[in-house]
Amino acid sequence: MLSVFIDFTYLLASVLFIFGIKGLTHPRTAVRGNLLGATGMLLAVVATLADRQVFGAGPQGLALILAGVLLGSAIGATLALKIQMTAMPQMVALLNAFGGGASALIAGAVLAETADPSTQTAVATVTSGIIGSVTFWGSLVAFDKLQGLMLPDNPVHFPAQQGLNVLLALGAVGLGAWVVSDPSQLGSYGLLVAVGSVLGILLTIPIGGADMPVAIALLNSYSGLAAASTGFVLNNNILIITGSLVGASGLILTQIMCRAMNRSLMNVLMGAIGPASGPVQGADEVYAGRVKSTTPEEVAMLFDGARRVVIVPGYGMAVAQAQHQVRDLANLLESRGTEVEFAIHPVAGRMPGHMNVLLAEANVDYDKLREMDDINPSFEQTDVTLIIGANDIVNPVARTDPSSPIAGMPILDVDKSRTVVVVKRSLSPGFAGIPNPLFAADNTVMLFADGKKAVLDLITAIKDG
Amino acid sequence: MDTFLPLLTIFMLAVFVGVEIITKVPPLLHTPLMSGSNAVSGITIIGALLSVAAEGNLPTMLGFLALVLATINVVGGFLVTHRMVAMFKKKD
Repeated sequence: MLSVFIDFTYLLASVLFIFGIKGLTHPRTAVRGNLLGATGMLLAVVATLADRQVFGAGPQGLALILAGVLLGSAIGATLALKIQMTAMPQMVALLNAFGGGASALIAGAVLAETADPSTQTAVATVTSGIIGSVTFWGSLVAFDKLQGLMLPDNPVHFPAQQGLNVLLALGAVGLGAWVVSDPSQLGSYGLLVAVGSVLGILLTIPIGGADMPVAIALLNSYSGLAAASTGFVLNNNILIITGSLVGASGLILTQIMCRAMNRSLMNVLMGAIGPASGPVQGADEVYAGRVKSTTPEEVAMLFDGARRVVIVPGYGMAVAQAQHQVRDLANLLESRGTEVEFAIHPVAGRMPGHMNVLLAEANVDYDKLREMDDINPSFEQTDVTLIIGANDIVNPVARTDPSSPIAGMPILDVDKSRTVVVVKRSLSPGFAGIPNPLFAADNTVMLFADGKKAVLDLITAIKDG
Repeated sequence: MDTFLPLLTIFMLAVFVGVEIITKVPPLLHTPLMSGSNAVSGITIIGALLSVAAEGNLPTMLGFLALVLATINVVGGFLVTHRMVAMFKKKD
């Protein structure tokens, strides 16, 4: 009777998760969707506590459970409430890591606990161990790169990298077969997790900064698949349903990100951007004598006569933490009767939706944040486009040069607006490592400065002017 | 082996449900969708609870570590998602 009650509650929780995730796909229902998901989780946890194994665990077991839940809640709540919106990519990477880690640990615990596991349990345990450890360490590498700790933001390559990865993957599968044939040898599972860990690290280090949105989305998907395969270990429907939902959502996001860069998933995973297939113009050739530097006062005058201004934020805005100043500038321009909109490229920043989160934090209405396909036709009617810390996503070479590393990548057609103002610290190239002819175009002026300072100076100049 | 096919069936159907409900997500919600779905995948917490309560020191220890990680996932994920989606607003 009790187990029927528990299973029924799990079913109810699964339905709540589906409605919850569905709710998260529309701005109006997002808050409610998240709350539905949290309610489902609470139900599932309470039902599990009623399980005979958990309830009968004795005072020591119950004390451990209480301690684990309190410790995890304290860490989780602190992270969630203290994290800055600019650091959200790191936060998502960490959450992915913990999800994968938990799955690998649970699979290990079940293997240690079960005397003679069935083949299904053993195979699922092996799968959880591999996916879980790859997700855990891969996400930690992504976290490290995003936080700028030890590893370089750029792709890391070394000789025979792909060969080594294939070897490690084969080794993990081989160890898996060993675990399945003799599940009593816990050491082989430990070895499997170790190989998976190395593989996770090696698979993520060749992925560089601007490709991070793909890596994060893919690791998100892995963390779901790890949970699903833990469901096969425990014979538990709710883990399978939830894990596959998350796996699917991560894969869809991965696909959207790859399409936004016109690159295959394989190409991104190998960190294979650039060098170009044909001769590329050098920076001197593109920029020499053609780049016009400007001052905040001159830009203020451009804004004076502008009816429509489009702001294009990039990773540079996140680095400079300039989102609040950008919002002030947009409000100031609007108060003077100028139409202001934001053009958001799908892969701007370091994770899917990065710019949207930052601007929402700064209280910009979300209907002012326009998607690329939506806003591109309107650049011709735009008087001033202000680019803050973006580079490759506005590089017209993507349209014109088929041999360029970013050839065919959909870009924001900012060069079609009457005047383009680029706020940037120097002429240094973006992630693709190529010069940007936009900076030398006739209708472009460069405002060389840190993003935040430049926008503050602009606000002052407009108010004084 | 007799439980495998029913479980695989559920898995496949859930993947289709996932694809159906998630297509056409606006970019605005890409980040909250990741953190929110991640919180939901913290459902491994129930596996961790069972492992902590299991017999033997090793399963209990591994289960405890998993419990801490999964709880961070659940609590951190839902809270940070709430912080984000509560920011999204439209002027009336």
